[in-house]
Amino acid sequence: MSELVLHNRERTTEVSAPAALRNAGVMIGRCLRLSRRDIDTMMTSIMLPVILMLLFVYLFGGAIQTGTKYVTYVVPGVLLLCAGFGASLTATSVSRDMTNGIIDRFRSMDIGGASLLAGHVAASALRNLVSSALVFGVAFLIGFRPNAGALDWLAAVALLALFIVAISWFSASIGLLARSPEAASGFGFLVMFLPYPSSAFVPVNTMPGWIQPFARHQPVTPVIETLRGLLLGTPIGNSGWLAIAWCVAILAGSIILSSVLFRLRTR
Amino acid sequence: MPPYPAIEAIDLRKSYGELLVLAGVSLTVPPGTVYALLGPNGAGKTTTVRILATLLRPDGGRARVAGHDIVAQRRLVRRAISLTGQFAAIDELQTGAENLRMMGRLRGLSGKDVRRRADALLQQFDLVDAGNRRVGTYSGGMRRRLDLAASLVVPPRVLFLDEPTTGLDPRSRLEMWKVVKTLVGSGVTVLLTTQYLEEADQLSDRIAVLDGGRVTAEGTPAELKRSLADQRLDLTLASDVDPSTVAARLGDRVLQSDPTQRLISLATDGEATHIRNLLDEIDPTRTTIERFALRSASLDDVYLSLTGHAAAPQESTRV
Ligand SMILES: Nc1ncnc2c1ncn2[C@@H]1O[C@H](COP(=O)(O)OP(=O)(O)O)[C@@H](O)[C@H]1O
Ligand SMILES: [Mg+2]
Repeated sequence: MSELVLHNRERTTEVSAPAALRNAGVMIGRCLRLSRRDIDTMMTSIMLPVILMLLFVYLFGGAIQTGTKYVTYVVPGVLLLCAGFGASLTATSVSRDMTNGIIDRFRSMDIGGASLLAGHVAASALRNLVSSALVFGVAFLIGFRPNAGALDWLAAVALLALFIVAISWFSASIGLLARSPEAASGFGFLVMFLPYPSSAFVPVNTMPGWIQPFARHQPVTPVIETLRGLLLGTPIGNSGWLAIAWCVAILAGSIILSSVLFRLRTR
Repeated sequence: MPPYPAIEAIDLRKSYGELLVLAGVSLTVPPGTVYALLGPNGAGKTTTVRILATLLRPDGGRARVAGHDIVAQRRLVRRAISLTGQFAAIDELQTGAENLRMMGRLRGLSGKDVRRRADALLQQFDLVDAGNRRVGTYSGGMRRRLDLAASLVVPPRVLFLDEPTTGLDPRSRLEMWKVVKTLVGSGVTVLLTTQYLEEADQLSDRIAVLDGGRVTAEGTPAELKRSLADQRLDLTLASDVDPSTVAARLGDRVLQSDPTQRLISLATDGEATHIRNLLDEIDPTRTTIERFALRSASLDDVYLSLTGHAAAPQESTRV
């Protein structure tokens, strides 16, 4: 035993920052490859938003009066809806990693929870940006005519990306909380429905009175109002700051929540 | 070679709520050797491995792996070990080569080395033809080999193999044994778990029998076979005796019973006194037993008596 004492003095070093960054990079590559090859994920996150937009514009659009052409009104809503879809898939894929053997291997290789989740969130964000681009493309084809300069576009894409990253990280936390991938995908649906009671598809003042306070003050509404303002030139008011505050709060809260949950799950 | 044991565990304890899973497990594994944890389902094998691989904190006791404390120096332990868990830890949607390259990158190998190492491992584990196919198309044996290859991308000092052949067909099992045997020459220390005595016998230098969270026997395979119930006493009962009553009276000391042949088998060390005592105990009136025969115990008989599902001559043996 006396030899053992010598080695007692070795300090436990932290994972170095370059190693953590490298691991996150590898994880992003992995998650992108996995989601590219998972047909279900691809169909859901790329095709569904486009189908939904066509549905809203052609099926419901004729009956909804918003004061603008409906396709122009509805595009920001469809973008957020598809962010919800994409994010809900993050919960499932995180949960899958946590419930099969791979998490044990990653942990025994000293790959932290942050690197693993960053991989899932980044892959989700990239998936969503691709489907957002597709939505914009199809929207242009069917008559979406925004009224925005280059800076407006830049701000709109940045806000959309921030929202997607925030919701994806929130969804990743849900993936850590769920006991099975199936349960995780169930939770994910909650995130997905958030855009409905907001100004995404119909103006809030056309909704029943009891739901209007919720619809006005939930996070999706200021994000949509800001996107609409940037793209169509409608007044933004304080929606911009509210949108950023909501997204940053959700992101920060989710990062803290997920690190606590990861520690609890892997104790 | 380092002067300290590759693995040294002292009195590891773990409970889940009321359920006591490890009731004080101690092990010492010399460097460069293969050590088998042998035990039935639920014995605590995976729990022991996960504690030693720093994935689970013990409630009590302590352990060093590659010279580092598994709690206080977790990171140093992780740098020295590799784990192949009970369930395959590879991505079905990636190819075999992609899985290996990913592990290489996570281990910090550079681009060129990653490629070279992945190719070498595919070669070594007989997966060259399957290397560019998705793992989803692999057979159980191929998955196991890839899973093992993935934990050898950077050769570890201590390798944990949790039930490496459970669920494999006999041919794949033999292939896996071959692969594990080739590792031994390379100086790595291996701790493997298994439910099969034959496997422990084939692969390991020492065996600890784990049952109900306790080490019930420990030693080299030869020592274990010698010291424990290596003989079997087959009793043929008289035709007017109900074999099931006798079997019920003997409880879990019965290795095997075959009512149609009126046959009951018990473990014994083959010594005259033990056999005489057994016969007297079962048949005080000298009317119950018609014939007896002494046979060499099969490996399965030894295992049965080791894991306490049939009693050995002694309750617990430490070699
Ligand atoms: N996370 C857990 N929660 C509750 N019980 C557990 C947990 N993990 C293992 N067990 C129990 O601990 C016992 C030993 O399990 P394990 O170490 O997996 O055994 P083995 O690998 O030898 O089959 C079993 O009874 C099992 O049900
Ligand atoms: Mg097990």
